[in-house]
Amino acid sequence: MWPKQAWKHVYEPQIRAAAGLGVSPTEDDTDHYSSRYAHCDVLVIGAGLAGLSAALAAAKTGARVIICDEQPEVGGALHYDKSVTIDGLDGFTWAQATAANLKQMKNVKVLPRTTAFGYYAQNFVGLNERVTEHLAKPDKKLPRERLWQVRAKRVIIATGAIERHMVFANNDRPGIMLASAARTFLNHFGVAVGKKIGVYTANDSAYEAAFDLKRAGVTIAAIVDSREKPGEGVLAEARSLGIEVLTGHGVVTTSGNLRVSSMSVARNGGGAARKIAIDALLMSAGWTPSVHMFSQSRGKVAYDNETQRFLPGTYAQDCLSVGACNGTNDLQATIEESLAAGELMAQASGYSASQKLELQGSNAFSWSGGMAGAAEGAGPDTTVKAFIDFQNDVCAKDIRLAVREGMHSIEHIKRFTTNGMATDQGKLSNIHGLAIAAETLGREIPKVGLTTFRAPYTPVTFGTLINHARGELFDPTRKTPTHALEEAQGAVFEDVGQWKRAWYYARAGEDMHQAVNRECKTVRDVAGMFDASTLGKIEVVGPDAAQFLNLIYTNSWDTLKPGRCRYGIMLREDGFVYDDGVVGRLAEDRFHVTTTTGGAARVMNHMEDYLQTEFPHLNVWLTSATEQWAVIAVQGPKAREIIAPLVEGIDLSNEAFPHMSVREGKICGVPTRLFRMSFTGELGFEVNVPADFGPAVWEAIRAQAEPLGACAYGTETMHVLRAEKGYIIVGQDTDGTVTPDDASLGWAVGKKKPDFVGIRGLRRPDLVADGRKQLVGLLTKDPKVVLEEGAQIVADPNQTLPMTMIGHVTSAYWSENCGRSIALALVAGGKARIGETLYVPMPDKTIAVEVSDMVFFDKEGGRLHV
Amino acid sequence: MLLIYCPYCEEERSELEFRQGGDAHIARPTNMTEMSDEDFEAFFFLRDNVKGLTFERWRHLNGCGRFFNAARDTVSDKFLTTYKAGLPRPDVSTLRPAASAPVETYEATESDAK
Ligand SMILES: [Zn+2]
Repeated sequence: MWPKQAWKHVYEPQIRAAAGLGVSPTEDDTDHYSSRYAHCDVLVIGAGLAGLSAALAAAKTGARVIICDEQPEVGGALHYDKSVTIDGLDGFTWAQATAANLKQMKNVKVLPRTTAFGYYAQNFVGLNERVTEHLAKPDKKLPRERLWQVRAKRVIIATGAIERHMVFANNDRPGIMLASAARTFLNHFGVAVGKKIGVYTANDSAYEAAFDLKRAGVTIAAIVDSREKPGEGVLAEARSLGIEVLTGHGVVTTSGNLRVSSMSVARNGGGAARKIAIDALLMSAGWTPSVHMFSQSRGKVAYDNETQRFLPGTYAQDCLSVGACNGTNDLQATIEESLAAGELMAQASGYSASQKLELQGSNAFSWSGGMAGAAEGAGPDTTVKAFIDFQNDVCAKDIRLAVREGMHSIEHIKRFTTNGMATDQGKLSNIHGLAIAAETLGREIPKVGLTTFRAPYTPVTFGTLINHARGELFDPTRKTPTHALEEAQGAVFEDVGQWKRAWYYARAGEDMHQAVNRECKTVRDVAGMFDASTLGKIEVVGPDAAQFLNLIYTNSWDTLKPGRCRYGIMLREDGFVYDDGVVGRLAEDRFHVTTTTGGAARVMNHMEDYLQTEFPHLNVWLTSATEQWAVIAVQGPKAREIIAPLVEGIDLSNEAFPHMSVREGKICGVPTRLFRMSFTGELGFEVNVPADFGPAVWEAIRAQAEPLGACAYGTETMHVLRAEKGYIIVGQDTDGTVTPDDASLGWAVGKKKPDFVGIRGLRRPDLVADGRKQLVGLLTKDPKVVLEEGAQIVADPNQTLPMTMIGHVTSAYWSENCGRSIALALVAGGKARIGETLYVPMPDKTIAVEVSDMVFFDKEGGRLHV
Repeated sequence: MLLIYCPYCEEERSELEFRQGGDAHIARPTNMTEMSDEDFEAFFFLRDNVKGLTFERWRHLNGCGRFFNAARDTVSDKFLTTYKAGLPRPDVSTLRPAASAPVETYEATESDAK
């Protein structure tokens, strides 16, 4: 529709408003919710006559039973069916007494106001218990709703049946309702829904609603029955109560302003309509067995031609349907089937009944009849508004239109019309929609097929599903041992995965930029201390440890002497860089492996995978030690001076303890694994101490560092300093398609090794081809301009759009030490372009850059070895 | 949520404790460096995406940590059996009867409608 822009701001909002779609709230949910896992032998879904009978029989064997029902009280249809007696008690009274009896049993849990909303694999059923919603002044400690996640050995489905409405013209006027609803109003709540009531039915059950109302003193204008032959019993009773019954008739329309005031009744097949004044109209087209739970369990329903119903057919899980949802109509038959099911399911869970339970029930009439599809006056030749799905506003004519438009699958018809979608999930609309579709398509109902029943059975609040997993409990927060000290010392934290890491330490009057510049300068001029505890740490131990690392890393480990360290690169089998880190050899059979912060868990998984499944012959043990060690990096020209007074038993001199070495000794009187290594390019140490000693050692080092003019620095400074040296960060400067050679790390790949993970992948044609993206440095022509990470790079800024992009910026910072901006980038054929000018087009300008090598500071690396 | 029997812990545990690890019984070749590009492609990249019975790896990640293998029906989601890593693929004929009756799926209702 023209104009295009109007869609977003005019048409769509109006269509949405017309469709009655709501607006989601933006406020926080002030309620709280709880969650519980439960295991039981028998879960009974539904606490009507069938469910209670089954629960009783199962419970008597001693089996652990949970019975739930969506209503505030148990009883199901016994709420309205006053004619039922069980063991001499009126039905509803029997139900309450039975529930009370069950509640007293230690092996039974009775959960009213609890909807089984989803049936999942292996008898896992989700229940939603409404705990306090109905209370005027609930205990604040109690949750609004409780999610039950029940794992049952056996499930008994006793979900009953849902009455269908009649599909006729103008069947949506207020005052038109299901017969069972009117009967519940009367018998359970003591409310008459009208003074002069009409009944339109294709089924015997609606007669009983008329009888109850008539006996309560309400006028029944007429019972209109689409059938020629209603059940004999109800017909006789209607006569004796003086109720007019019009068989073979239909209600062809209704009228009334705000509420129904009349129904027009005509003989089936045409003829003059008679207008009858009413103030309420009850309807019933029969009962649809509620097979939702059965179907959700992936059971296959079967169509019963005789009764025109879908019933449980082939079971997929350990469950049984009983009562109305199983198509059982007769009262005593329902009782007996349910008792037997309760006993059987308890037996299947390993219990046995000491005695057979018996219950005697009786009711006034057995019901017959029912119809599916459009009634009189709403047939294919009409365009009347005969609603099938009230909440989705789907009429009989809409289904026919869908078929005419070419939707021949019931799943397509459903989506075209929205029939049975959303909260309805086929409860009211399914059978009528299907019957009309079948008629229009000229096919049998079972040939058209049934749409899938989906969870939830009725809506479940987001609060219940999300439960405790919100705010701080949404995801665990990991803090290092020295977190609190860093916080007190002015650290601003950033999230790195689940970790909180000190980002920078702001002093009074400093913004982030100033703080980082100061930290960067201080580390290179004096020294700095840095919390590196989040680094992944894996202890690799065993006689075959070196051989294992030979297979996992590209490097060779045989030549590494105990006491020395090596920078290692790990590939996936496809040849791409997976992780990196420094590995220290503590003994012939013991390595201290470090990984990237973010890679710790997956590297551990990767190593375990190969050790367990590909190299199980190797005698090696892997232990995650990330959280066992607090790691404090001390970096800078005065690093040795800072730690020297604290260290015992280790000669710190450059000769005795050169760059890339590891020693075990003591610091501040506690054991340490002291690494001489550097991620800054400066003389550096990484002090590993058992985590609990971290805070004390941090404070002791700080006491040495501060008088010398050193400071604590955060991850931002760490990033800048490593970029000044061209040290890459896996996952930032690499993206899963970068080889060691692309990253100028080819030297770390053992050329003579017979095998390692990735050795074959590295030789794939694409990985050795010319023109691959390679990691290089970029220097902006204007040294003050800092590039944006992720920005694209082109060779010719004047080419036509879309431009050919030859790479992107992976790291970019202001370097206070270099007095200019620096950047790393992946550029196609990058190493051959050193010295070339390339361009970074931005929305407001194009930035000219010169390709350089990756090292911007201390190119010779002399500062490492002092 | 599935229950999965860990052959090392010898009990059923919640799916939350496990992680799927791709197809089972694909051994890493010992002559990696001599493989042709085609053989490497078949070994590392190509997978069948089976509808029905499949053999796959699982790890009891938040449990004993062991990798093991499972025979699972990808249509019904049912585990037919689980077995320790390194053991041969179980005999399919002994597993088939344990599989459940046909399960209603979207495809099943679709084909009924034709
Ligand atoms: Zn296990």
